[in-house]
Amino acid sequence: MTRAGAPVRIVLPAALRELAGIGGEVAVALTGAPTQRGLLDALEATYPVLGGTIRDRNSARRRPFLRFFVGDEDRSLDDPDDPLPESVVSGREPFVVLGAIAGG
Amino acid sequence: MGRVRILVGTRKGAFVLSSDARRATWQVDGPYFPGWEIYHLKGSPADPERIYASQSNGWFGQVVQRSDDGGRSWEAVSNDFSYASEPGTHQWYDGTPHPWKFARVWHFEPSLADPDTVYAGVEDAALFRSSDGGRSWQELAALREHTTSERWQPGAGGMCLHSILLDPAGRGRIWVAISAAGVFRSDDGGETWRPANRGLRSEFLPDPEVEVGHCVHDIAHHPERPEVLFMQKHWDVMRSDDGGESWREVSGNLPSDFGFVVDVHPHEPETVYVVPITSDREHFPPGGGLSVWRSRTGGEEWEALTRGLPQEHCYVNVLRDAFALDRLEPAGAYFGTTGGQVYASADGGDSWDAVVRDLPAVLSVEAQTLP
Repeated sequence: MTRAGAPVRIVLPAALRELAGIGGEVAVALTGAPTQRGLLDALEATYPVLGGTIRDRNSARRRPFLRFFVGDEDRSLDDPDDPLPESVVSGREPFVVLGAIAGG
Repeated sequence: MGRVRILVGTRKGAFVLSSDARRATWQVDGPYFPGWEIYHLKGSPADPERIYASQSNGWFGQVVQRSDDGGRSWEAVSNDFSYASEPGTHQWYDGTPHPWKFARVWHFEPSLADPDTVYAGVEDAALFRSSDGGRSWQELAALREHTTSERWQPGAGGMCLHSILLDPAGRGRIWVAISAAGVFRSDDGGETWRPANRGLRSEFLPDPEVEVGHCVHDIAHHPERPEVLFMQKHWDVMRSDDGGESWREVSGNLPSDFGFVVDVHPHEPETVYVVPITSDREHFPPGGGLSVWRSRTGGEEWEALTRGLPQEHCYVNVLRDAFALDRLEPAGAYFGTTGGQVYASADGGDSWDAVVRDLPAVLSVEAQTLP
């Protein structure tokens, strides 16, 4: 199933927002499959500077100090080719990229 | 008269220190990229306004920044350092095979002639080159594919390619140093490589003739005498007079021949600087007193330069890329410490003043001499 052009909402950590020059939550159009991989592909196509910062360039896997959340659910270990939750695809909830806490 | 610009990479951002030729007062700008580790910044000798910066951290990996206006503004360029062939394995600390994996850029070496051409030394060890100002990177894969690479091991900081020397004569000669593999030399612009470690002795390597495995911390040469190389090895300060074909120890009267830094005076090819560190276990100056040591005889005979530097209760380290000299007359010298101080000398090291004292731990210092 594809939803060409449908915008999805993404919340990024502050460091990545700053890197990409994004003020707050970002909306990107899904041009491919409505999966985690499709969402991140669309994000990186819109903001090329984010390439390699969320997913390892070579393995295309989530970088280990980052987590993915939808609502209260940790979706970090989802298969990247599984369908995204309907709440994300419909734009009702954002897909959240979260950095692991640094500190003591 | 001229000016100087000092590029400082730290654990939590980059700083730019600027002064006129007197080097008595300094403007401090930054932090740039606050919160990120800036392993190295370096300006192009062909266009000093062009600066490359390695920005990384454990969360978001590697970013490469480029400035075309001397560090006032920055643009992120490509961070795609994909190995050109299946990377295979190198040795892990315990000697077992470990998959080769890109971690970060340790060092940028811009071309001497073309601002858009720049070399990047990375961890896990490999050499990349960009010919379009960092917008794309190509690996010079023959180095990583060298027949010895399965035996390369990481040093304590990782298996990094940290030093790149380019031949000012434009003969396509390149020297690189890798911890812990050693020095490699190419005579054809990076198409082929051979180890250049004859004469090095490392206690942890029982075979005195071993070709690779040495933990070289830094190498340096003078542009007018590129075949004369100086090396700070894990232990031992070394010198080669034949482009790395053979090495001899020139530690002489140093209080410790462990350290990370070696550099050559810009106007005096036989004047060399090191910063002795107590040992591989105690990464601080001997006796808690910070001193730069200078040889005016190409090694063996060294003098301590201590004026203006703390001589008690000082337990900082000076990392391999954290020492630099400008090209003014007299030459200025600069170094940063893991305690966040950047010291400057406007008289070739005879006396020192702290430009800043409370930066994050300093990872790298580079000096640009400007018109």
